[in-house]
Amino acid sequence: MNASVSRRRFLAQGAGGLSAVWVTAHWPALLAAATHARQAAHSAGLAKFEFFGADEAKEIDAITSRIIPSDETPGAHEAGVVYFIDRSLTTFGVDDQKTYREGLPELQARVAEMFPGTSKFSALMPEHQDEVLHSFDEQSQRGRQRRFRSSPGAQNFFETLRQHTIAGFLIDPDYGGNRDGAGWKVIGRAREHIFQPPFGYYDKGYPGWDVAAKEEIEEAEKK
Amino acid sequence: MTVNQPKYKTSDEVDFVIVGSGAAGGVLAKELSSNGFRVVVLEQGPYLTEADFTHNEIEILTLDKLTNHPKLQPTTVRKTPDEKAKPQRALVYGRCVGGTSVHFTANYWRFHEIDFIERSEVGSIPGASLVDWPITYADLEPYYTKVEWEIGVSGLAGASPFDPPRSKPYPMPPLPVKSSGVLFERAARKLGWHPFPAPMAILSQPRPGRSACVQCGFCLGFGCEVGAKSSSLVAAIRVAERTGRCEVRANSYVHRIELDSNGRAIGAAYFDEKRNTHLQKAKAVVVCANGAETPRLLLLSASKQFPDGLANSSGLVGKNLMFNSGGTVTGVYAEPLNDYKGYCVSRVLHDFYELDKEKVGFCGGGGLDARYDFTPISFALGGIPPETPRWGKEFKATLAHNFTRTMEIFCHGTSLPVENNSFSLDPDLKDAWGLPALRLTYKDHPDDLKLSNWLLERAHAVHEAAGAVKKWSFPAQEQQFGVHLLGTCRMGHDPKSSVINVDHRTHDVKNVFLCDGSSLVTSGRGQPTMTIMALAFRAADRITALAKRGELSA
Repeated sequence: MNASVSRRRFLAQGAGGLSAVWVTAHWPALLAAATHARQAAHSAGLAKFEFFGADEAKEIDAITSRIIPSDETPGAHEAGVVYFIDRSLTTFGVDDQKTYREGLPELQARVAEMFPGTSKFSALMPEHQDEVLHSFDEQSQRGRQRRFRSSPGAQNFFETLRQHTIAGFLIDPDYGGNRDGAGWKVIGRAREHIFQPPFGYYDKGYPGWDVAAKEEIEEAEKK
Repeated sequence: MTVNQPKYKTSDEVDFVIVGSGAAGGVLAKELSSNGFRVVVLEQGPYLTEADFTHNEIEILTLDKLTNHPKLQPTTVRKTPDEKAKPQRALVYGRCVGGTSVHFTANYWRFHEIDFIERSEVGSIPGASLVDWPITYADLEPYYTKVEWEIGVSGLAGASPFDPPRSKPYPMPPLPVKSSGVLFERAARKLGWHPFPAPMAILSQPRPGRSACVQCGFCLGFGCEVGAKSSSLVAAIRVAERTGRCEVRANSYVHRIELDSNGRAIGAAYFDEKRNTHLQKAKAVVVCANGAETPRLLLLSASKQFPDGLANSSGLVGKNLMFNSGGTVTGVYAEPLNDYKGYCVSRVLHDFYELDKEKVGFCGGGGLDARYDFTPISFALGGIPPETPRWGKEFKATLAHNFTRTMEIFCHGTSLPVENNSFSLDPDLKDAWGLPALRLTYKDHPDDLKLSNWLLERAHAVHEAAGAVKKWSFPAQEQQFGVHLLGTCRMGHDPKSSVINVDHRTHDVKNVFLCDGSSLVTSGRGQPTMTIMALAFRAADRITALAKRGELSA
């Protein structure tokens, strides 16, 4: 991997998703959105969708649930990812509205094509849902090393939704997704804001640089 | 913003107008205002403080809250001068008060003696425009010490046998080691190498108004909420403001240096937040806009007197760009490292800083560090093994297992200067203000790619010796994107082969000074900000001396 790219992968890369207009003037909107999303996240039952219709929300929720499924641990559904995406599309992610408006019907057409009799993704069996998504993923194989912002025209609905799902699942819960810290529980990230050593398994009992250096040099000399 | 800031009128000719408030601009503002001069700092980005910094990955990853925005300031990219450049993101730099030092990793080792005299040591390299610096490590040593003590660098003097001589120890001990650092340290010693605690511009002990690092884990890419990261914002700009002689004017995008009929600079023209134009008058202009925007500003300032761009009689403004070379090997271990906690890098090694060109078959050198620079979203998008599915049950299971068990070994190395590698003005594309966009031309010198692959092999060996369960990397590729922006207005004695002299004064315009990554003559072995700050401290001394001798007055 290219050195600078690997170093700053998160700032610079991109295939689809999470692209957004950013100008100073959008600050108040973003802050309002974050507040709104946080409230929505904290009052799941009452939250209303602002961008999606109820049917669309059901479809998006079903897709995100295949991207990060629920099993013994919570998935995208429990983390309220569909609410995060809904808020995103009316605030910092307005540029992606078109991708969703055009992409969801395309995906539903693919559903009908592959499984005649329904055009609802959410009505399919999970394994059939995965087949539909694989059919889109194959078209975006270029995506593995390209993250976030894409070159114009390279976005596609599935890749955008995949990245939005990851963001909604793993963002710091203070910023309107990852309801109840569900995503962080899954990956084992503690919620504390401040940490102290020892941090992990391998730095427990570390004797300090001077001692470690001396011990290991002596050991090397013995050999 | 602090209480004592003066408000200078644009018509009030201040002593210095400084363009940019990053690593170099902040230090120059601090030093020059402390020396009694009246200073205006023009920063294109907003004035954000600790209260504005968050752990919101969306703001950082997609909204560019702290960095240049690719839609407002688009760029184009090509490999060689005979190609037409295509729109593509070419660079990231800090665009807020404090510049890139607000969000950087904060690796802060000094360049070594070799970096200043490499041309004399290794001879001519085909395809490279490698030259010696006009100054040596010894000239810069006192200023490296100043950075460590005044800005705040933690580290352990004498821990690396390869370190250059120093006049003083670090002002504070290294930060606590991470699991990645312990694995790296033990493995590297097994291999006979010499790992040492990473020197970091992050406080391990509190200072007035600044907390020691609290190990929150949102470091690279993020602003520090407790002032522990030794950015120009907290460590230099605030000192400048306390003198009562320095005004920091944010949201001020400088687009032209104006001259009088005698070819002297009279000040800097800029757009304010509402895109109205102003001219801040000054006795001298100090450009610290970074290695891309500094040459761009000179090229934008072309005039009848300077048709090829201001201070560009050498034709070298924007050229000899260096990004640094390198790469990453990612590894997964059996037990949780929990490296998401805390700052990024706790151990480094410099055994490969100087390599024998005849033996390895290329010119260059570098080092390795143990790091974890992921946050949860960036990990899910870029931290898992390449063959892992990108969604679904196995994807989720991999995230759940690997997030706490992953570490990276990052290779950092030289880029050889190549004259064609450059930032210039794109002939077609404009930014949101209607100014010509930056155009990147870059093709790595073949030795840089050989070095990167050579270092990647050593990084694999460290993971192997540390007992990694799994590891992977990608072969070095030609770079088309940079964050270290170096060499584009190089320093030298000869006006024909350099842009600035040893005082950072442009050879062509006596009251225009340049100081930032553009001043560097060689790339070092990565991590250039420490050297940029040291140069800024030194430049401030030189400029002060010139001003006191009356050399800056008309």
